[in-house]
Amino acid sequence: MFQEYDVIVVGAGHAGCEAAAAAANMGSKVLLATMNMNTIAQMSCNPAMGGVAKGQIVREIDALGGYSGIITDKSMIQFRMLNRSKGPAMWSPRAQSDRMRFAEEWRLALEATPNVDFWQEMITGLIVEGQRVTGVKTSLGLEIKAKAVILTNGTFLNGLIHIGEKQFGGGRSGERAAKGITEVLIDLGFEAGRMKTGTPPRVDGRSLDYSKMEEQFGDEEPGKFSYMKTKPLQKQRSCWITYTNTDVHDVLQTGFDQSPMFNGRIKGLGPRYCPSIEDKINRFAERDRHQIFVEPEGWDTVEVYVNGFSTSLPEDVQYKAMQLIPGFEKAKMFRPGYAIEYDFFPPTQLNLTLETKLIQNLYFAGQINGTTGYEEAACQGLMAGINAHLKINEKEPLVLKRSEAYIGVLIDDLINKGTNEPYRMFTSRAEFRLLLRQDNADLRLTPIAHEIGLATEERYQLTIEKMHGTKTLINDLKQKKYKPADINPKLAAIDSAPVKDKSSLYQLLKRPDLKLSSFEQLDDTFASYREKIAPEVQHQAEIQVKYETYIQREQENSEKLANLDNKKINPEFDYQKITALSAEAREKLLKVKPTTLGQASRISGVTPADVSILMVYLAK
Amino acid sequence: MELDTIVALATPAGVGAIGVIRVSGGKTIELVNGIFKGKDLASAKSHTIHLGTIRDEDVIVDEVLISLFKGPNSYTKEDVIEISCHGSPYIIQQLIKLILSKGARLAHPGEFTQRAFANGRFDLAQAEAVADLIASENESMHRAAMNQMRGGLSQEIKNLREELVHFASMIELELDFSEEDVEFASREDLKKLIYSLKGLITRLTESFTLGNAIKNGIPTVIAGKPNAGKSTLLNALLNEEKAIVSDIPGTTRDVIEDVINVEGIAFRFTDTAGIRTTEDKVEAIGVERTYAKMKEASVIIYLIDMIHDTLDDIQQQIAYLRDLDIPYLLIGNKLDQAKAEIQQQLAADGALFISASQKQNLEDLKAKLKELVSLDDFKTGNTIVTNMRHYESLQQTNDALDRVLNGIDQQITNDFLAMDIRHALHHLGEITGEITTDDLLDNIFSKFCIGK
Repeated sequence: MFQEYDVIVVGAGHAGCEAAAAAANMGSKVLLATMNMNTIAQMSCNPAMGGVAKGQIVREIDALGGYSGIITDKSMIQFRMLNRSKGPAMWSPRAQSDRMRFAEEWRLALEATPNVDFWQEMITGLIVEGQRVTGVKTSLGLEIKAKAVILTNGTFLNGLIHIGEKQFGGGRSGERAAKGITEVLIDLGFEAGRMKTGTPPRVDGRSLDYSKMEEQFGDEEPGKFSYMKTKPLQKQRSCWITYTNTDVHDVLQTGFDQSPMFNGRIKGLGPRYCPSIEDKINRFAERDRHQIFVEPEGWDTVEVYVNGFSTSLPEDVQYKAMQLIPGFEKAKMFRPGYAIEYDFFPPTQLNLTLETKLIQNLYFAGQINGTTGYEEAACQGLMAGINAHLKINEKEPLVLKRSEAYIGVLIDDLINKGTNEPYRMFTSRAEFRLLLRQDNADLRLTPIAHEIGLATEERYQLTIEKMHGTKTLINDLKQKKYKPADINPKLAAIDSAPVKDKSSLYQLLKRPDLKLSSFEQLDDTFASYREKIAPEVQHQAEIQVKYETYIQREQENSEKLANLDNKKINPEFDYQKITALSAEAREKLLKVKPTTLGQASRISGVTPADVSILMVYLAK
Repeated sequence: MELDTIVALATPAGVGAIGVIRVSGGKTIELVNGIFKGKDLASAKSHTIHLGTIRDEDVIVDEVLISLFKGPNSYTKEDVIEISCHGSPYIIQQLIKLILSKGARLAHPGEFTQRAFANGRFDLAQAEAVADLIASENESMHRAAMNQMRGGLSQEIKNLREELVHFASMIELELDFSEEDVEFASREDLKKLIYSLKGLITRLTESFTLGNAIKNGIPTVIAGKPNAGKSTLLNALLNEEKAIVSDIPGTTRDVIEDVINVEGIAFRFTDTAGIRTTEDKVEAIGVERTYAKMKEASVIIYLIDMIHDTLDDIQQQIAYLRDLDIPYLLIGNKLDQAKAEIQQQLAADGALFISASQKQNLEDLKAKLKELVSLDDFKTGNTIVTNMRHYESLQQTNDALDRVLNGIDQQITNDFLAMDIRHALHHLGEITGEITTDDLLDNIFSKFCIGK
């Protein structure tokens, strides 16, 4: 019934979809197996993509030839560039998506990808020969062969949903949990853990009184995620902001004794930075209000997402408390909030390619690795798809460096440090934040993706044009020099300080108060020159010139780090032999099996002294 | 990628017969050639030794031997020069300062080894046997550093770092959670915090002068007119014939130094040429140097010849001393043959009377000397920075903090402030050797001794 596939992807969420698309676009024959073909690419939580650090990841996915950026551009209903008042490293794109359109666009994109087949059924087991996976087993008892398998089971592995004291099995509200895989993996020798996350209630937008809320508009000139020629939004929908109050908190507290969070029924660790409303009240008792974002779920639907009100309290408590929020007095609830517990596998059991150390050609991506967030999941899926394809074609793996991409930071953190709570990306996790900007993900990554055959020629050419355009523009700015006598009166006219010596536009652009557009006031010919240059090229040149010294400093620091990251270690190195290492370091090194000295140095529990001893031995 | 040029003392700090300063990096030969008078090092063969002088402009700093190793046949695989100079801490410091001023950077601990490794030179097969030794050396170094040399430094740095980390996290909060309804620290509060951090750093860096003094001896100049008995006194204190002693005034034409331990405090005594107007050019230089030395000194022992000096002379000399505004001991020498009127006058000025040749009252002199140097910080157990590298790291922390302050004033956005705070943390990390996200490389090698 089935051919032998190159890659089977289990699960069709953000990770699974990216994995399938990447492997297929590189030339692998892919089977995407999902329990329900009607829920491909569901946004299980809020209907939004991007945000601080996450938006940068989506840009990176797009630059590498993934689909998340394009799908978001096609399905968004609002776009905002967050942190615009901060430096360029902090600019973070965020979009509200039409939840149904998002899933639909993904499904259409996958259907349009020639090498992707679909199969709707629960995958319950793996076929393993020796220490290599060779296929999957299904609930119907079918066996499907493949050269590589990517598991992206999300929150479905033994998923358990909690609403107050009620609990029932499920991978998402209204969907079954996945059984079997966890047990199979444990039998194979994997270590499993338990995590939890939660989601807020959804309500009927027609029942809300928006006059009592603040309106949050999209950007006046909306941007987009993809570097390809997708279209920016022509019209947008607003979000709304309101606040809880002490009355709301009092009602919520009446349900605390029935809360699975507080009565100990939930064992898994939840994310500290995305707490439930009961958690917020409990931990920050001094605050008398919490912010609530009211987010529309799409262009046409009346359903509304109550962001900030994640809860697993009994549904009647949720309902009563919600009615005390300004604007929610008459709110009709569509779906209650709930908490979900699920199995994950500590990611220290993976290589930097996301292949498991125990079983060859088996890859894990997404929430199964203890992460949270669509973007975090999607980028892991993408990297697993790429690396599965490279592996079965006996090519060098693709491992992104920490100084190259947030994706590199994320995977390096997971593999070396593991995680105790759902791992979410923050910009502060990146030591070279200034290099990892949303404006230059294409410059950083598209050439790499083109080389491995994932980024299309069209995408590559767009990147090359931007690269050359930026260089030419900066050069031109250096050539355009003006004498003080000529330029100073014009500078005075736009309230900028006079120059002492002959100065170039390049020098003037470094001033915080001047932009490329300001130069039209300094030189009559500049307007006609500028209008021929693509806006993204202008933006790129402005950033590169304005922040040149900072960027250079970061570059130098990252190169220092690279020295150590270039020192390879044989993963099979026998650390037991080195008695000079501390016992903890020996144990951690044996477990993680680092491939470079830099990686070894980032493992928690490995001290600088251990690394220097290691170095002596490695030189042997 | 060509790495920058680094310099460090390769031999142990302190007085020795010779000191070896090592320079490595792409600009090594060009840099040393610029200050070395002798053979042209660019055209010289690798693995050769050259005699010459190192000059700061026209002033000879020292006569040295240059060992030339051209990359890749060197320890680091880069161009390496080892300068063997006279082993005085002063000379070494001057040489290193000079090399730094020409564009080199002070090496981090173990950075030469790090480069050897980075450049693929590091064949440590033979080092395997000593790996355990290195580890144990680290541990004792670590303990020694923690307990003795650093004293409270680690703790103070740790406190500093904690405050900075707090600061940094407030900034990061604002960056990563700008969309959330949290209150951010005011810029004014951040500024206040930085000022208090800078205050602490300033106190630590200022203690470096004292720390240096404790480590290398308090610079003490013995001055006076020719033949006032300066060399005799130094010899009496040293108990050995080091300075050239004679009855001919002006015998001591150069500066002679030695360190003497006076009741647990090291004094670095400098004998100087006598002060007088002279036609002799060589001696004139000596006199000039004496003035220069006196101005640099932490303490001056000023000798009055109670046989030959006149009252007018004495008044003039005391007036000059007072103008210098440096702690001094006024000593009436030649007590055994002193003129009564002179001694009377000096007594009124609070002088102490000795006879250097008879070794009379030397114990009083030592006691007074110890009294004079008030090592308050030393006594009260305040943290003292004694290590040049720590000093440099503190300076760099301070520079980074200045950039933060500057940034706040210029309303630079927080992501750039965060960068400078990370730099400050990084430099503090160089002292305590703790790991932060961005100081991996340095930390890895921090357990290796500098210059190794």
